[in-house]
Amino acid sequence: MKKHNVYVCRCEDVTLDELYYWIHRGFTTFEGLKRQLRIGMGPCQGQICGEVIRRELANFLKKHPADVKTHTIRPLIMGVPLEAIAKAGDQDES
Amino acid sequence: MKADAVIIGAGISGSSIAWHLAKKGMRNIKVFDASYLTAGATGRCGAGVRTQWGTKTNCLLAKKSMEFFEEAGDLLDYKEDIEFKQAGYLILATTREEEAIFDKNIKVQHDIGIPSKRLTVQEALQIVPHLNPDSFLSASFCEKDGHLNPFRMTDAFYQAAKRLGVEFFFYEPVTDIKTNHASIEAVITDRRIIETDVVIDAAGGHAKEIAAMAGIDVPVFSEKHEILATEPTYPMQDPMVMSFSKNIYCQQVPHGSFLMGRSNPDAKHNHDVTSSWQFLEKMAKTVCDILPDIGKLRVVRQWGGLYNNSPDRQPIISSVDELPGFYVACGFSGHGFMFSPITGDLISDLILDKEPAINAAALSIKRFDETSNGDYETSVV
Ligand SMILES: Cc1cc2nc3c(=O)[nH]c(=O)nc-3n(C[C@H](O)[C@H](O)[C@H](O)COP(=O)(O)OP(=O)(O)OC[C@H]3O[C@@H](n4cnc5c(N)ncnc54)[C@H](O)[C@@H]3O)c2cc1C
Repeated sequence: MKKHNVYVCRCEDVTLDELYYWIHRGFTTFEGLKRQLRIGMGPCQGQICGEVIRRELANFLKKHPADVKTHTIRPLIMGVPLEAIAKAGDQDES
Repeated sequence: MKADAVIIGAGISGSSIAWHLAKKGMRNIKVFDASYLTAGATGRCGAGVRTQWGTKTNCLLAKKSMEFFEEAGDLLDYKEDIEFKQAGYLILATTREEEAIFDKNIKVQHDIGIPSKRLTVQEALQIVPHLNPDSFLSASFCEKDGHLNPFRMTDAFYQAAKRLGVEFFFYEPVTDIKTNHASIEAVITDRRIIETDVVIDAAGGHAKEIAAMAGIDVPVFSEKHEILATEPTYPMQDPMVMSFSKNIYCQQVPHGSFLMGRSNPDAKHNHDVTSSWQFLEKMAKTVCDILPDIGKLRVVRQWGGLYNNSPDRQPIISSVDELPGFYVACGFSGHGFMFSPITGDLISDLILDKEPAINAAALSIKRFDETSNGDYETSVV
């Protein structure tokens, strides 16, 4: 498989090629890569790319995957429309 | 290890200072960060850039910086896209008092050549058709304002500084600064001692703590500001929409997602950056009032970051009389991203004893010693 055909992040269309481009520029942590490539910032919030990128970083850094930190988990777990949040808030007040 | 200058903090300020200093000829510059590039406020900000300010100082800082952003890719010889979107800031006035303030601000802006305009509700709707016409009275607009990708902009300074020989050290927090009477001897990190007599404190939300290591009191405090991002959608909003009185800023970035934030008047002065449901609820209500169509979009993530505020909500870009060789760049009060080019330019001029582009007294830490200082910036979220 060619590296430019392998998608490591499906939310933001990031290929293995692009991942390595930024790794070679010195971004060798998930948080650092996230900020250049938007991995972990899309609708899946890192649930799909997290493990794939952990494995690539572990390979590159010659570390055990368990020693490579992945993304910070942030709210929300699932996308929610803003108007639903605004309405739910109103109900609490009445 | 020895250095001619040590910069503490690799956010947008530290990176810009590093590049400007190296560009003006200084060598052996070392930058230390406790974490990764853009770990602080820079990687958490809305990255809006505007020239529509209320004080002359802020207008000048913003205008000079905007001129830099317009050429940034070339000046820094950066190959990636910095995602500069120059589609304006539309600032809504929702009360008579606010309209009076905008009329006053616009005079300050015009005096130094910022092409801002006052707009009626109808004119504003032509620029942003999905605005709720009943939610505001009039607006102020400047087409030069906009947005950049903060990660890319910082990377651009970082890569260019590295090419000029600046060395960066990540995940290496500064733990102490050694001084002897009124001179700096060394910077101490968790793993080495760097002998130097020039230190630049660009530690953002932790600038006060860093200055305290050198025995300097900087009158700033940090407080959490929260922000959220929606799923990406088709291009539907050109300018940033902002209202000080309704407490909101909301922009669609080139990636397609909307970023929006507001401040919390009851925020505590500390280093907490956790997310709250209270923010999410208030933010959702505010945006649904002003921009109802945006309410259909899903929120995918929310986060928090630190504002580092000064007493007059204008930056402190200054040398320190008590400790020659010590420089501070902090107190950006929520606007350090957009001021970053001029921050680097001014600090490097101070260090190299060059005539600064903007009157340095207005940004000096000394201004807080004087009792009469009425130039408070009110145009902030
Ligand atoms: C939610 C939010 C929205 C914002 N929106 C905007 C906007 O639209 N436009 C705008 O212009 N500004 C905005 N801001 C403000 C802007 O983010 C900041 O003013 C700017 O990023 C400050 O940059 P900095 O480099 O000075 O600080 P930071 O980016 O905070 O960098 C400081 C660095 O210092 C490091 N550090 C801390 N302690 C130590 C230590 N002991 N040793 C070594 N390193 C250390 C940190 O790790 C960090 O990387 C926003 C801020 C927030 C929180």
